[in-house]
Amino acid sequence: MMRSATALALRSPLSFLALLAVIFGLLPLLVSSYQTSVANEILIFALLAMSIDVLAGYAGRTSLGHGAIFGISTYVVIYWTTLMGGSPWVGCILGIAAATLTAAVFALLAVRVSGVYFLLLTLALGMIVWGVCLRWTSVTGGENGIRGAGRPDVIADPIAFYYMTLATVLFFTLVIWRFVHSPFGLTLRGIRDSESRMRSLGYGTATHMFLAFTITGLFAGVAGALYALFNDFVSPSTVQLAQSVEGLLMAIIGGVGTLFGSFIGAAAIILLENFVSQYTARWPMVLGLMFICTMIFAPQGVLGALRKLMGWKQ
Amino acid sequence: MLEVRNLHSFYGDAHVLHGVSLEVKAGEVVALLGRNGMGKTTLIRSIMRLAQPQMREGSLLWKGEELKHLTPHEVAKKRIALVPQGRRLFPSLTVVEHLTMLKPASAKHGWTVNRVLEMFPRLAERKNHRGNQLSGGERQMLAVGRSLMIDPELVLMDEPSEGLAPVMVQHLETIIADLGKTGLAILLVEQNLYSALSVASRIYVLETGKVVHAASVEEVKKDQAPLMRFLGVH
Repeated sequence: MMRSATALALRSPLSFLALLAVIFGLLPLLVSSYQTSVANEILIFALLAMSIDVLAGYAGRTSLGHGAIFGISTYVVIYWTTLMGGSPWVGCILGIAAATLTAAVFALLAVRVSGVYFLLLTLALGMIVWGVCLRWTSVTGGENGIRGAGRPDVIADPIAFYYMTLATVLFFTLVIWRFVHSPFGLTLRGIRDSESRMRSLGYGTATHMFLAFTITGLFAGVAGALYALFNDFVSPSTVQLAQSVEGLLMAIIGGVGTLFGSFIGAAAIILLENFVSQYTARWPMVLGLMFICTMIFAPQGVLGALRKLMGWKQ
Repeated sequence: MLEVRNLHSFYGDAHVLHGVSLEVKAGEVVALLGRNGMGKTTLIRSIMRLAQPQMREGSLLWKGEELKHLTPHEVAKKRIALVPQGRRLFPSLTVVEHLTMLKPASAKHGWTVNRVLEMFPRLAERKNHRGNQLSGGERQMLAVGRSLMIDPELVLMDEPSEGLAPVMVQHLETIIADLGKTGLAILLVEQNLYSALSVASRIYVLETGKVVHAASVEEVKKDQAPLMRFLGVH
């Protein structure tokens, strides 16, 4: 009974979202405030991982620039609230807009290449953002970063903020699911399968890739804005390559092209970071081992392997 | 409707089409015949303006408008559809997704998902199967159905009967004939002579990149000798 309910939840988006809402919704009642904040981080990074998964899993383009896009949103929110004294809500809108704009600039340069060239180009663009954040000290605070001005009163309580994060992430999960299953999303899968075939069917594939990259930048920007409210601090480490790599690893461990697998990947990595690190300083080794095991035994990711094992339709 | 004039196409330095000229009129099914390697697919790819081959001379007129400076997707927007050789479906998309990708399922005008599925009941039975889970005949039906979703006025079909069982070839001939009756113009590239003659009203024969014979099907039926000579059939 329980097994069939879980199966149904993982196959249908609405029931999956309902399952997530129940699990994450009950968490603050069952666990400590520290564990709730870890769950909050999982939700934020699951959204970042999903934005990467849309490109990697559906459009066949693996981006190493989304961590930087995410971080730009975080920078803008914190800069706006702390140094400009502006409203955090306006800051979030500006952060998301800045992330989307940055993604559009990245997209202009990156959409004409594919495969390893796309990977390297997005990596290079991300490195430029990191370099700017590190060196433009008058604006970004350089290595010291910028401390935020705190969350607005209505979400000052960590539990209230947690529920706001949960509602936002669930909403955007539904939006992303609709996006990848729309006719536009199908064209991305067509481009992944064969770009030349898509062109001969009448598609300007560069325009489609541009839009897809920009829209995923918006999703990463939302995650970055939530992270600004969550972390209340930003430094170049927020935009560094490791952020993009971590987001990509989350998508891969959960299952590239599964979308919902990002929650599993984000949970696996963040739980490892937060709990295994309490027992050993060599937790990255455990993470590496987990990644190797995933690649060998479940190259399609945890959710992909589950689907295959249970014979569920993707 | 489509006029190809003195077309010269190249793959790198290899000169493949040597001044090909042909015409397809509105609502007409025209067959392009020829043995392997004579330039039939090159001609279709040139008309679609795919990156290869390069067209260096000649003109491609569509309702009097030059196509040679357009990109493939701009050509498709002129309502010229391609059914490529080897079907070239998307392995990860289902039958319905192949069709809805080009036009939403809610569309009411022109070729709709339901209209295509009515035309190909076999596809309707397999509408949730992926492109790589279909038989050769079903793939070909989907490739044709997919091309219809852009509401074409001209469909370029590159060897649609290739690799199909005789019963499927017959079924395909019926489909092409039915499409022709709807007023759709079709340029049919075929190696299967009898299949082409059963559906076309005119034929062209390509030999080493040149049109060496053009005739109406009535003329061919009266005297098949010239056609057989050009095709190397004795």
